[in-house]
Amino acid sequence: METQEHKTALTDWHVQNGARMASFAGYQMPIQYTGIVAEHTATRQAAGVFDISHMGRLRFDGPRADQLLEQVLTRRVLDMQPGQVRYSLVCNESGGILDDVLVSCLESPSGKVYFLLVVNASNKPKIVRWLAPHLADFPDVEFHDVTDMTAMIAVQGPKAIEVCGKLFPASVLGLGYYRAKVTDQMSKPCIVSRTGYTGEDGFELIVRAEDAPRVWENLLMAGRAVGISPVGLGARDTLRLEAGMPLYGHELDENIDPYMAGLGFACQCKDRTFVGRDTLAVRSKQELEVKRVGLLVEGRRAAREQSACFDMAGNPIGTVTSGTFSPTLQKPISMAYLSRQAAVLGAEIQVDIRGTSSRAWVQELPFYKRANSV
Amino acid sequence: MTLQPENLKYLPSHEWVYAPQDGSGIATIGISAFAVAELNDLVYMALPKVGQQIEAGQEFGEVESVKAVSPMYSPVGGQIVEIHDGIVDRLETLNSDPYVQGWLIKVKISDPSQLDGLLDYAAYQKLLAQNG
Repeated sequence: METQEHKTALTDWHVQNGARMASFAGYQMPIQYTGIVAEHTATRQAAGVFDISHMGRLRFDGPRADQLLEQVLTRRVLDMQPGQVRYSLVCNESGGILDDVLVSCLESPSGKVYFLLVVNASNKPKIVRWLAPHLADFPDVEFHDVTDMTAMIAVQGPKAIEVCGKLFPASVLGLGYYRAKVTDQMSKPCIVSRTGYTGEDGFELIVRAEDAPRVWENLLMAGRAVGISPVGLGARDTLRLEAGMPLYGHELDENIDPYMAGLGFACQCKDRTFVGRDTLAVRSKQELEVKRVGLLVEGRRAAREQSACFDMAGNPIGTVTSGTFSPTLQKPISMAYLSRQAAVLGAEIQVDIRGTSSRAWVQELPFYKRANSV
Repeated sequence: MTLQPENLKYLPSHEWVYAPQDGSGIATIGISAFAVAELNDLVYMALPKVGQQIEAGQEFGEVESVKAVSPMYSPVGGQIVEIHDGIVDRLETLNSDPYVQGWLIKVKISDPSQLDGLLDYAAYQKLLAQNG
């Protein structure tokens, strides 16, 4: 276990600006500045800036970096070209999810091609251990944990691109969805990718730790006129929940396989070899026993993690993994794993909220989809 | 004595009680401005029914925000004689005035000596300073 409290390059800014802080995966992170709903709404209507420096950033250099990653990722890596980003999973031999990650193939200004893996903060030690034997197989691949020497900032929302337009060259603004580029921001190196965890358009930036406070302030200044807001982990959670995106430790863990989680798209089993491949190839053809679904709950009480689900006859059918009151829909939403028979869109079920039964309906994910989304 | 923060007594769990020495034995109960600010974005509140008996320290309801659910505990025991009508549909009232306009329940106190064990304003402020 990590016992040391880490600061991100922006922790001091958060404290100085009155954020409510909490320790998350060993990092002192902002939970909220003004309030979850205000920050959530700012992101949906204008733009939000998030310090996501706690996410693990692992860099792989060398001509065989792609081969190493090909062995551990469920998504094909060998055909990745510089500028591509893919959502992938890391699974164990039995197909259980060790982490969900973003893998990027990047080209430095000097023309060097390398790979970057962004992993969940809480899973980083586990993934680094998991990688060790594979790194031993590829002694020519250079591996660096660059998390603490860099910072990561997300800019998300309908005005995010416009705001970034004041800071970045036009070539960056034209980046396609799930594309990334190494560029600079006021002559300082910066990786920009058109990715996010909110259901909105936007960028995720990786900058040197020492440049982070300046980039953060520049973004807030550039977005002031449109109503940009710093956003804490509280609203990051409500935003991703509305967007139907899973969170490791809630919807994902080592007892969940990608197909149950609805992440079959991230598994490419054909003509490939990777850890867990054989199990996943079999699972991909089997009928699912349980399935991740959305729930719309009646009333105003949210069915949160661990709430038990029952069919109308009172038989147990599953468990809630995340839930909140949705600021956009103005009603409670949850994600749950339900048995195949129960996971029928539109079906009415019962969910136990601290001893009282509430009615809920199985709902397709996501709960929220932005207008003109791809 | 009027209903203002300085004249109230508190539980460390942020409920307040106002017990005027008017011989009525009826105490008014709510949650503090700190609790409201801490919860932020209130969306739901459950309150008990009039006539119900409650013990000091017993849960009398729950309040839910976007972020979390919190139980609310009664600082005193007795019979619930009044519920603030309609307050659960106007939770924003608690943001602006969690005391006079934002009271929650009234209890006919069974044993006035229970009040002695509660925090006074100064002690409650000290607790907030320590935790903050």
